[in-house]
Amino acid sequence: MAVTVCKLKTMSKKLELVCPAGTPASLRAAVDAGADVVYLGFRDVTNARNFPGLNFSRDELRAGLDYAHALDRQIYVTINTFPKAGNSGPWRKAIDDASVLGADAIILADIGLIDYAASMHPKLRRHLSVQASASNTEAIRFYQEAFGIQRVILPRVLTVAEITELNRKIAIETEVFVFGGLCVMAEGRCALSSYVTGKSPNISGVCSPASHVRYEEEEGRLVSRLGGYIINTFSEGEKAGYPTLCKGRFVANGQAHYLFEEPTSLNAIHILPELMAAGVTALKIEGRQRGRAYISQVVAAFRYAVDAAADELTVSREDLIAVTEGQRKTSGAYEKTWR
Amino acid sequence: MEKESYTNLTLGPVLFNWAPECWRDFYFRMADEAPVDTICVGEVVCSKRAQFFAPYLTDVVERLLSAGKEVVLSTLALIMNEREIALVREIVENTDFLVEANDISAAALLKGRPHAIGPFVNIYNEDTLAYMVHNGARRVTLPVELSASSIATLTKSVPAELEVMVFGRLPLAISARCYHARCHNLSRDNCQFVCEKNPDGLDVDTLNGEPFLAINGVQTMSHTYCNLIGDLSALLDLGIGRFRLSPHSGDMARVAKAFRAVLESRMAPEEANTIITEETGSMPISNGYFHGRTGATFEGIPADQTEAR
Repeated sequence: MAVTVCKLKTMSKKLELVCPAGTPASLRAAVDAGADVVYLGFRDVTNARNFPGLNFSRDELRAGLDYAHALDRQIYVTINTFPKAGNSGPWRKAIDDASVLGADAIILADIGLIDYAASMHPKLRRHLSVQASASNTEAIRFYQEAFGIQRVILPRVLTVAEITELNRKIAIETEVFVFGGLCVMAEGRCALSSYVTGKSPNISGVCSPASHVRYEEEEGRLVSRLGGYIINTFSEGEKAGYPTLCKGRFVANGQAHYLFEEPTSLNAIHILPELMAAGVTALKIEGRQRGRAYISQVVAAFRYAVDAAADELTVSREDLIAVTEGQRKTSGAYEKTWR
Repeated sequence: MEKESYTNLTLGPVLFNWAPECWRDFYFRMADEAPVDTICVGEVVCSKRAQFFAPYLTDVVERLLSAGKEVVLSTLALIMNEREIALVREIVENTDFLVEANDISAAALLKGRPHAIGPFVNIYNEDTLAYMVHNGARRVTLPVELSASSIATLTKSVPAELEVMVFGRLPLAISARCYHARCHNLSRDNCQFVCEKNPDGLDVDTLNGEPFLAINGVQTMSHTYCNLIGDLSALLDLGIGRFRLSPHSGDMARVAKAFRAVLESRMAPEEANTIITEETGSMPISNGYFHGRTGATFEGIPADQTEAR
């Protein structure tokens, strides 16, 4: 555990476990449950989970770094929205502060910002955010050669076979999502949210924001709306999900159904050995908006599974009960049939 | 409205899966009839489709060139494997035409050589724009999300030809999953090319029947047609000199003539809009992104076609 990423690559092929935190309490919970790395963002528009009440002040980051570093864990700072033209100040400040405070890496998406980080803070590790949508060898090589990007977080559009092929051809580390909310669109290339709310992940750091959500009773059904459009309806007793646009029910080709994706989330805990064999360096858990208890449970389950995979042990379903109960899960694009 | 510098009309690539003969005939007609300067050719949405019109590509390009059009070769927006990279590389390595990159990988392959960047690459600010120009980009079609204030900053920042999409359904998202196949209970691998059934995309309605989006294979588009005919003057004032029309099944020559007439101050936007409305079958229009608002909304003329919200 107490090794740097660099050593990790040469000494052991154990997967690095990268876990989310939206609050200082979640950060400590993730570290205590066995996260190798906690990733987080500042409390503003500079990161793609810009939700009310979430994320870190500079002081909270400083305390979080102290806590993690004392236990030989790392903190990555996510600065992965796209600066508005003429206003890159807050984003550059986020990079400067992450560097000064001693973050172990920054996670970036915008080319202008990556260029800035590479020239102003060359020693600070630079990871390429999933929002940059680098889904092939040439794109990844571009970011590596132009800006010294050391790791790419792969878009959630690739199959395990495609990830294997990619890793054979690129010289930098890859990180893949294994758990949590599942974007069905290529991340960083989706404007569905701003089309109906004016706010998008790329510009505002939010998708389907709560400020534009309404629930209403209509003719005995609960109706959820986003920006005025009906995203879903539920009969009495049916569990009403949050109206994330791409998880809604719509009518196309004469049938009403979950056109883009069922209200399901990603769980790849059963394919960790395959991801190891594919040459992946790190696993990412989504969910900076999640509470402390959830983080503890999920991180602990993945800690167990990652260690077991490294020791080539089989993991029983019971051991992973914390992350396999409840909501519907999918292994997403990792299986070709998902497409 | 005509400004001192010449304004350029571009016909973007056909984003839909049209029958190969229709695709060819469309470009033949555009060569002969559409008052556009630049015409983009090439598959952007789905790598499985490119094979269909490939046999006609040479004829189309020749026809466009002999009509005096500038030909730009557009490339895929989402590239996920070596086969798709190879499709892009083949285009890049075998042409002297301007190639339009719609993914960073294509811009990487075009590094150091003059090229165009399409609306699928995230250029939101002047720093990124400057970097891509340094990489060799000469022309950039801006992402559809950008507002007038962002556009104004970008036009002042670096000497590049900036283009804005002014007509057609907005390309809003792209995915590995094919929704056209999915809503026909098929998988992408065995899609039977059902996307060919909908030349302007497959309508997606909300559960109460409100028109919402449109599906074009792996791409999700707006139900509304982006229409900035009433905003051309404002765009010119911001320093935009290039305007992109995205092809639909209506008569694009007539649509292009309407835009050309307004750009040359020979027709009022209201009158031009009547023509455009005839060609789109009275589809609702939007210009919200340009005005810094919700993308689906419309601001300006004519009130009866606005999305009421």
